[in-house]
Amino acid sequence: MNRRTFLKCGACSLVALAGPPRFLVRTAAAAEAKGKVLVAVFQRGAVDGLSMVLPHGDAGYAGVRPSIALKAPKRGESDRALDLDGFFALHPALAPLTPLWDNRSLAVIHACGSPDATRSHFDAQDYMETGTPGVKSTPDGWLARAVKGRPAKAAPFRAVALGPALPRTLQGNVGAIAMPSIDRFDVRAVADGNGAKRGFESLYAAGVRDLLYGTGRETFEAVKMLRGARAGSIPSANGAEYPRGPFGEAMRQIAQLIKANVGLEVAFADMQGWDTHVGQGAEQGQLALRLREFGGALAAFARDLGDRMADVVVLTMSEFGRTVAENGNRGTDHGHATAMLVLGGPVRGGRVYGRWPGLARPHLFEGRDLAVTTDFRALFTEVAARHLGVPAAPLFPGFTAAQPLGVMA
Amino acid sequence: MRGLASALIAAGILVGCSAPAARVAAGVPAAPARPGAPAAREARPADDRQILHALSRLTYGPRPGDLERVRAVGLQAWIDRQLNPQTIDDRATERALGDLATLRLSIPELLREYPRPDRKLLEKIQSGEMSRQELMERSPREKRPFRIAAEAQAAKIVRAVASERQLHEVMVDFWFNHFNVFAQKGDVRWFVGAYEYEAIRPHALGRFRDLVSATARHPAMLFYLDNWLSARPDFTVPVGPNRGRKAGLNENYARELMELHTLGVDGGYTQQDIIEVARAFTGWSIDRQAEGRFVFRRFMHDTGGKTVLGQRIPPGGGEEDGDRVIDILTRHPSTARFIATKLVRRFVADAPPPALVERVAAKYLSTGGDIKAMLRVIFASAEFTGEDAYRAKIKKPFEFVASAVRALGASVDAGGAFGLARASAEIGEPLYGAQPPTGHPDRAEAWVNAGALLARMNFALVLAGGGYPRVTVDLGALVAGADARSPETVLDRLLAALVAGQAGPDTRAALAAELASPQIRRLTPDDRGPANTDVAKLAALVLGSPEFQRR
Repeated sequence: MNRRTFLKCGACSLVALAGPPRFLVRTAAAAEAKGKVLVAVFQRGAVDGLSMVLPHGDAGYAGVRPSIALKAPKRGESDRALDLDGFFALHPALAPLTPLWDNRSLAVIHACGSPDATRSHFDAQDYMETGTPGVKSTPDGWLARAVKGRPAKAAPFRAVALGPALPRTLQGNVGAIAMPSIDRFDVRAVADGNGAKRGFESLYAAGVRDLLYGTGRETFEAVKMLRGARAGSIPSANGAEYPRGPFGEAMRQIAQLIKANVGLEVAFADMQGWDTHVGQGAEQGQLALRLREFGGALAAFARDLGDRMADVVVLTMSEFGRTVAENGNRGTDHGHATAMLVLGGPVRGGRVYGRWPGLARPHLFEGRDLAVTTDFRALFTEVAARHLGVPAAPLFPGFTAAQPLGVMA
Repeated sequence: MRGLASALIAAGILVGCSAPAARVAAGVPAAPARPGAPAAREARPADDRQILHALSRLTYGPRPGDLERVRAVGLQAWIDRQLNPQTIDDRATERALGDLATLRLSIPELLREYPRPDRKLLEKIQSGEMSRQELMERSPREKRPFRIAAEAQAAKIVRAVASERQLHEVMVDFWFNHFNVFAQKGDVRWFVGAYEYEAIRPHALGRFRDLVSATARHPAMLFYLDNWLSARPDFTVPVGPNRGRKAGLNENYARELMELHTLGVDGGYTQQDIIEVARAFTGWSIDRQAEGRFVFRRFMHDTGGKTVLGQRIPPGGGEEDGDRVIDILTRHPSTARFIATKLVRRFVADAPPPALVERVAAKYLSTGGDIKAMLRVIFASAEFTGEDAYRAKIKKPFEFVASAVRALGASVDAGGAFGLARASAEIGEPLYGAQPPTGHPDRAEAWVNAGALLARMNFALVLAGGGYPRVTVDLGALVAGADARSPETVLDRLLAALVAGQAGPDTRAALAAELASPQIRRLTPDDRGPANTDVAKLAALVLGSPEFQRR
């Protein structure tokens, strides 16, 4: 594979085009191989945190969900929630994640969410992706700011979103790339093979040193790097089997990018279908199907990466949770706090973090929803700052975490 | 928020109250040019370079023959005509839009013709009784609500490519982006086309205050920035399932009105100003369920006095409190500077020359926000015509797509425009698809990145190769007269047509080297003429070249 790298910092990439000193090349390559990676996963539509990680020890859970409550775990009985710590349990469809809980690389943060009370998907996703609850005009996303906080570096694939468009959270001039798939990151093959690709490349190879030419050259470096690493054909390892569907496919390709050593630092994938207003289901049903795909993809990702997970952290998030009580359509409506997962080698797993506010009515937010006791920014700050080694302050302007959760080793 | 909305609807509060019509006349402004407009600076004979520059900034890029046409009428006269679009016959474009059924419908008509999906059917989907496919197939394809935004996108493409009122189209795009709404947020889906047609288009070359007033009252903006739900702080829902629930003030619109629409983020307002402005706009709402039009709900309005930027609005007011705020904001020098900065960034350079910004801001203040007058200052400025500005802007994806189609002299009908709208999205600019109220950025860094550049090249290959259905590309006409046996002459003809012959030496050398490739050389031995796939590839290379990314 082509290991040539050069310093990159947007418009000033011309600095590097003259050729970096050799020691810099070596350092960059070494850092790449041992690179820390943060994968952010967005469950769009507001996942029901109470079903994903069931608080079976809370007496308030019984009775409020006549048709969609999960059965509390019981030793020796299958098709029930899977106990974590005597109080919380995983949805049975998340069974593939239990080995990760057992080996302490999976942590749960419950009653986590935004201080903003909006129940609009649109606004709440926007706030969570920019990291500025209540402020809509923030120009960049928090994940982009995390990249900005790291030392400038040459790798074109520092920040990648698997999907057709760059999500809000990666917007902000950090050279983040959105790709529908690894294979589609290339000049389209025309009838006569590579002629057009070579032509385009030569158009950007010469010329003045500016943003456009610099980016053009980087683009073809990036394409070559990806082809050279054969990223798209790296097989899944350790018998990992990703579930069918776009989310499993996205996680599989993120794993390929990590294994290809192309300098990935942050990645983003999202999964739709969590807005379960009607017919949510319990151990089986609509939500269970989504969770099976979700948990299956995360578990396959961890298995696929194997030892490499020592440097990888996956952080899952959703814009808000759902009502504690079941609604009139055997579903749940837009709520407030939810549960988030953190997975990876550097995680102090095997624990549910966050103060549990309780489901008794007086403790509910606006009398109906699980209250937020952990500001999502506290969790994100800790994960991003500790794992990526970036300063916390610029990640979430105007926010200071009271004290660390302790979720990262 | 949604809970409150449905509670209010259930309570009959947000339904059916008729509103004084706050709609604005649709269409292109009919007002004649201001009499006594400053006589056109008797320009020295504009050379071709200046004409090309003006074409690249005031239009979506030159078509074959545009240079000659402007040369014939004179640059200044052409600019004057573009500033007065009602003097330009554009019926052909309007005819081309005839196939787009949603385009001329009002919001009430759209809500009737493209109804929201039936809740009962949605439940059947959720419970698995019915598949999404089945639901889709229940309503004929042309009656599904997504058509509304899709057709708005198609119309935007057709107009950018074909309209003779190019500057007007550029300004409609500019102001829509300035007063952005996101087509995928809830009911905006039904409102987005009407928003552009009713609130933006009539004022694009008019007065800035009219834009603020029209957008403030439009259901699309009221929904997008939540003002339709904003109520006096002590307001509680009087009836219905959420009876007794507090509604309260929503600051979203007030904040963005000052930060993004008028004063700018450093425009000198405080959090208290945001609250006061939000209070002034309480009750500006939408008659949502039935008609989807503006309504002022007096019972939600905060009738107390307000102080905005130090100016008193006396207690006891109603709908006019909001108008008073719009007066205060649009007369403010910060607004003049902010609007001037954005206009200069669009037409001159990513880093707006401060002296020009000051002159344009002064014109804003002396004319009461006359957009045409500000544009005249820009177009006549040394900063605009100077060497520094020439090809200094990177085309944003929509501009790139439209300019490529125009440069090829291609024609597109309404049906073919859908594919081009998708292309714009793939390159990074989904039309009517900017989620945040900031709209799409207008600076090179936002658009120049690896994924987007590849997407531009791939678009060029498909377009020049005739791969977009119902986009008619006639490369033969483009290179007519070139000697087919000499690829060099074909290349010269292409460079002349697509970048006015102004390719840099490196680009010319790289393309000349490509001529040696066997694919291109296949041109030479036979006499089939130049109109074959090889010309297409050469054209794609030019459209994907650095030169063509600039305007």
